[in-house]
Amino acid sequence: MCSPCELFGVTDSSVTDPVLVKAFVGGLLIGSGAAVLLLLNGRVAGISTIFGDVLHLVVGESGWRVAFLVGLLLPAMTLGLGAVELPRGWYLIVVSGLLVGFGTRVGSGCTSGHGVCGIANLSRRSLLATMIFMGTAIVTVFIVRHGGRT
Amino acid sequence: MKIATALVAGALFGWGLLISGMTNPANILGFLDIAGDWRPALAFTMAGAIAVAAPAFYFMRRRMRTLTGDSAQLPERLRIDRPLVIGSAIFGVGWGLSGLCPGPALILLTGRSLQAIVFVASLALGMVLARRLAGRGAA
Repeated sequence: MCSPCELFGVTDSSVTDPVLVKAFVGGLLIGSGAAVLLLLNGRVAGISTIFGDVLHLVVGESGWRVAFLVGLLLPAMTLGLGAVELPRGWYLIVVSGLLVGFGTRVGSGCTSGHGVCGIANLSRRSLLATMIFMGTAIVTVFIVRHGGRT
Repeated sequence: MKIATALVAGALFGWGLLISGMTNPANILGFLDIAGDWRPALAFTMAGAIAVAAPAFYFMRRRMRTLTGDSAQLPERLRIDRPLVIGSAIFGVGWGLSGLCPGPALILLTGRSLQAIVFVASLALGMVLARRLAGRGAA
């Protein structure tokens, strides 16, 4: 009865929910990708940092970064994207993109670099960063969807 | 060799994002909307990813060398500073507005929707602006 799932508010029957099984299996694959890049290339799979470095061409050694990003897109190119509900409103999309790009560079990471790799590396910086961006994201969604009312 | 392994790593990562449903912004927003119809999938994805990545990082912190013997580059900064806190807070607001973060946004480019293209262009612009600001601060 005291399963870890209950901590997330998930009842026992939903543990076999295909959506959550896929989410977990997908997570295992994401972790495998991060492990391969770490163990064989000695690099952290932080997508905002990799993309940012390619964008600025700051580092001479950009081959592996481009290869990682190409690899990232390959499954979607061959398997398709599946069901996707894209955000609406050009103003929202532009503002969101600017904030995500600016914030991830200033904060040195995003959901992959801090949220997955940093926490896996037991980094206090990454754990704090993840708690902060989750927190402000939750507040933002609350205000946008519920107008600040419960 | 480094190129091939990075390609495989990226493909595994991208496949995982796709299977997990995290490339669909609706699933992200569903997780962040704790006052609505909450969807816990993102927590399962993060748990799975960390469960696999953590042993690799544990191994690497001890060894600091790749399996092929090259030196590994792990982040060296340990101190919690203002840029980390402010940048992460700003990122979270942007993430909450659209449900998009850099990885899924790049993958959505394969669908060739104008939304994904405009988002990634804005993301790139935001990164350039951050670099300009950092450059001025250092000068």
